[in-house]
Amino acid sequence: MLAINGSFLDFKQLDLLALRQTAVHRLDPRAKVLTTLCFIVCVVSFDKYQISAMLPFLIYPVALIAVGDLPPGYILRKILFVLPFALLVGLFNPIFDRQVVLQIGPLDIWGGWVSCLSILLRAILTASAAIILVAITGFPAICEALEKLKMPQAFAVQLQFLYRYIFVLTDEGVRTARARQIRTFGRRGLDLRHFSSLVGHLLLRTWERAERIHMAMLARGFSGEVHSTRRQSHFGKPELIFTVCWVALFILLRLYNAPQLLGSLFTGSMQ
Amino acid sequence: MHMADALVSPAVGAAFWAASAGIIAHSSAHLRKQLDDRKVPLMGVLGAFVFAAQMINFSIPATGSSGHLGGGLLLAILLGPSAAFLTIASILMVQALFFADGGLLALGCNIFNLGVFPAFIAHPFIYSKLIGREPSQSRMVFAAIIAAVVALQCGSLGVVLQTFVSGVSSLPFDTFVLLMQPIHLAIGVIEGVVTALIVSFVYRARPEVLQSVIQEKPVGELPVRSLLTAFLISAALLGGLFSWLASEQPDGLEWSIAKITGSENLTQPGFKAHEALTAVQEKTAFLPDYARPEGAGLDNNKRLGKTLSGIVGSALTLVICTLTGVVLRRRRQG
Repeated sequence: MLAINGSFLDFKQLDLLALRQTAVHRLDPRAKVLTTLCFIVCVVSFDKYQISAMLPFLIYPVALIAVGDLPPGYILRKILFVLPFALLVGLFNPIFDRQVVLQIGPLDIWGGWVSCLSILLRAILTASAAIILVAITGFPAICEALEKLKMPQAFAVQLQFLYRYIFVLTDEGVRTARARQIRTFGRRGLDLRHFSSLVGHLLLRTWERAERIHMAMLARGFSGEVHSTRRQSHFGKPELIFTVCWVALFILLRLYNAPQLLGSLFTGSMQ
Repeated sequence: MHMADALVSPAVGAAFWAASAGIIAHSSAHLRKQLDDRKVPLMGVLGAFVFAAQMINFSIPATGSSGHLGGGLLLAILLGPSAAFLTIASILMVQALFFADGGLLALGCNIFNLGVFPAFIAHPFIYSKLIGREPSQSRMVFAAIIAAVVALQCGSLGVVLQTFVSGVSSLPFDTFVLLMQPIHLAIGVIEGVVTALIVSFVYRARPEVLQSVIQEKPVGELPVRSLLTAFLISAALLGGLFSWLASEQPDGLEWSIAKITGSENLTQPGFKAHEALTAVQEKTAFLPDYARPEGAGLDNNKRLGKTLSGIVGSALTLVICTLTGVVLRRRRQG
């Protein structure tokens, strides 16, 4: 039961983080969406054996966690939760790629281990970018940004609706699951027959809810268009500075292997 | 399984973003033309319903483990192709943002794998054809199982192809296929049974809910040819451009093929140089670290080879997608 409530509360908490008022929260969402996309493209465009050059990219999530006043432990926990999926595939690399790329004394390092580590790093960087984007922007603002970036209106409306009812209906799902758990012992009541009638009822209630919503919308003059009161934000100077500086940094870090340059500076050898 | 950012290359990610964005635009335009504004709240609330339903588990018979509903086919049955596709896409976007499930660059791949196949292929060409106008319970279960299996097999094949063409994972194509397809066969059967049970429950309780979708003209909503052409062009362009710019290692595809045939020629030790950097710097100066033993003369050939392999990779994906479509269409007619 704790697990069900846990994942649900987790979801809500991320949404609440977007309500904070910091310098990065106040930026126009378009700046943050575009910067995040640039970040992800730069990270995944690295060669499969690359690790060192990717590391400086950690600066982006780290900086935003700091400036955005986000709880690092919470973000880290969310990232750890998604790592197994990437690792599941990544762990096959050492099995199939046994080419020795490096010898440290008697120890042979296979290419597969290097690329597996690289996959892990990619997963950390890209997952953190997505989660931080929501935490400093909020889902409605991201939709708004995408709509301004020419996303079709019907899809934008769909996203807004989905977001609005996700909390209502997951609440109902959690209550249903909890009610079943309290009334059944062990694994009883978990079979497909009971499941399908439980979910079927939930579906019918959802359907009726949609009909009520539609009537309420009609009563308020809905004619196919959804108008919403949005806080006015525009792409100004701070947004331009934010986007240009970050993107320039990403491109620089993408072109030059900063850790290696730094390393050769210290060891004094350019080879 | 969701495709992940960590496994995708920019070329594959961008090509599928373009494809998915195109289909979203098309579906949106189609919905606006339908002028059925009841669907506006219905799609939103049913999307949220899928999240809610996923919080309720069931035990999978004879295994002792538990599973939850996927929901793609269910949405297609309840809403029809275009509306279901937009709903699935919106669900995946929420998952990508709130749970970092898959990731933002891989979102296009995921929308394609989990949205196009149930909404535009499994439902109109298989489910609708099999249940007919007067569905019986057993027929519904049968149709749903077949449709769910096909949708999930196509989807997981999509994941395998995208992973393979991206070249970040070293899994050989045949091994990955043998890993993924049987698992998704089982998942497909379960998804089909669960979907059919829920649908027949709804059908018994409120038949009019399903009647409207059954009577809706199921086929011919997606202009498959123009879509394919657009996808072909964008995939070829992006595949070619990106694999040149983006420095994939001797390129996923080429490299994996070499791996599989065992005739690989890549014995250069150490971290591989950045192809992009080499390309940018080749005319000016080389950083000592990036110099290649073969010399600069080969770089151009390499770049050409990479561009070629990018295009070949895109073409291969398309060929298999087209073949799947042709096979399914044949089956529908036969």
